[in-house]
Amino acid sequence: MATSEFAPLKERFDFLTERPSSDYVAVNCPADKLVELATALRDEMAYDLLIDVTGIDWDAASPRFTGVYHLFSSSEHEYLRIAVDCADDIHPSLPSIAAIFPAANWHERETFDLMGIHYEGHPNLKRILMWDAYPYHPLRKDFPLAGIETELPAADVAEATKAKVLAAPMMGGPFVSSSNGPMSQTEPSARDESWTELKFKPSEK
Amino acid sequence: MLLRRLLGVVAKSDLTYFMQNQTVAYDSKVEGEIIVTQADAVINWIRKHSVWPMPMGLACCAIELMAAGGSRFDISRFGMEVMRFSPRQADCMIVAGTVTYKMAEVVRRIYEQMAEPKWVVAMGACASTGGMYRSYATLQGVDRIIPVDVYVSGCPPRPEALLDAMIKLQDKIGRESSVKGLSAKNAKTEKLAFSGTQS
Repeated sequence: MATSEFAPLKERFDFLTERPSSDYVAVNCPADKLVELATALRDEMAYDLLIDVTGIDWDAASPRFTGVYHLFSSSEHEYLRIAVDCADDIHPSLPSIAAIFPAANWHERETFDLMGIHYEGHPNLKRILMWDAYPYHPLRKDFPLAGIETELPAADVAEATKAKVLAAPMMGGPFVSSSNGPMSQTEPSARDESWTELKFKPSEK
Repeated sequence: MLLRRLLGVVAKSDLTYFMQNQTVAYDSKVEGEIIVTQADAVINWIRKHSVWPMPMGLACCAIELMAAGGSRFDISRFGMEVMRFSPRQADCMIVAGTVTYKMAEVVRRIYEQMAEPKWVVAMGACASTGGMYRSYATLQGVDRIIPVDVYVSGCPPRPEALLDAMIKLQDKIGRESSVKGLSAKNAKTEKLAFSGTQS
């Protein structure tokens, strides 16, 4: 049965360790036990819904990548979070659970696309958002928001237009703060510059 | 002039238009039923009042584009209501929304499939410059892959802004040297061949 405590999970799966969590119960699981755990949670403990699959890039730390799975029991109304560390920092990989939860299929493709975690045994592991030939994984910590210069997906369009994928200009953009201070003052989109008959136009000060 | 056109006095107002622009010499006593004018003036007049837009709706701007086509704003008042979802049947692409690098190829191909003469309106901040999406995935302005005739500011622009842009496009069409473009040598493709200016 689904649970809000760690103890019953530890009793059933001795390889689990508890993970600090501010809301629902969360566990650490070794990568080679993930398929066994997911199958048992679905069949024995009524966790029948896979909410989300995502990943964490810990940047300089090792292990660098952690896969995260959110499960929900629709009959017991309990959530469960599973974190699985990837052993290899350079070529991170995890076992696929797409055969257990079909919802994992596209989630794993997205995590592969943006974080670069390979899911072993996935039926169709290719990029889902970026184009197939794109050489980077954009949500990794070492990837700049502006992007990295590379080729357009279509060679003939690139040749006809001389266009490339370029790093986007960041200066003054909506995600760029102009200076230090509270975000309400530095965020360009948050600055109130409206004027009335009582309050002057910013340009007339 | 505009008022008369709106009232539907088409033949008479067109005549007034030609005379005001001094592209026609018309004296009913001398010419009778015949109007003498310039080929450019006639061709441009025909083209600008039968623009068939291709709605390239990619994001929220497309909703405002739909509103411009609806009864409240009614783009057909200006002679360009025939939205065609096939590029073969359209001559003005309205790029309404965010163009990602993945979609850029599709936009370019659809543009290439449109018959000459053709025009492009970049509707909204995203299509014009990338807008708020200064990121790795977004093309920073559709003018990097296709030549744009009119840019519309706004996020998204109101339907009135799009109508204003389309009227500006009509004015631009009215100033073109269409006869020169009729010979294969001087076709608009050559003139507009994209120079690929990027910084």
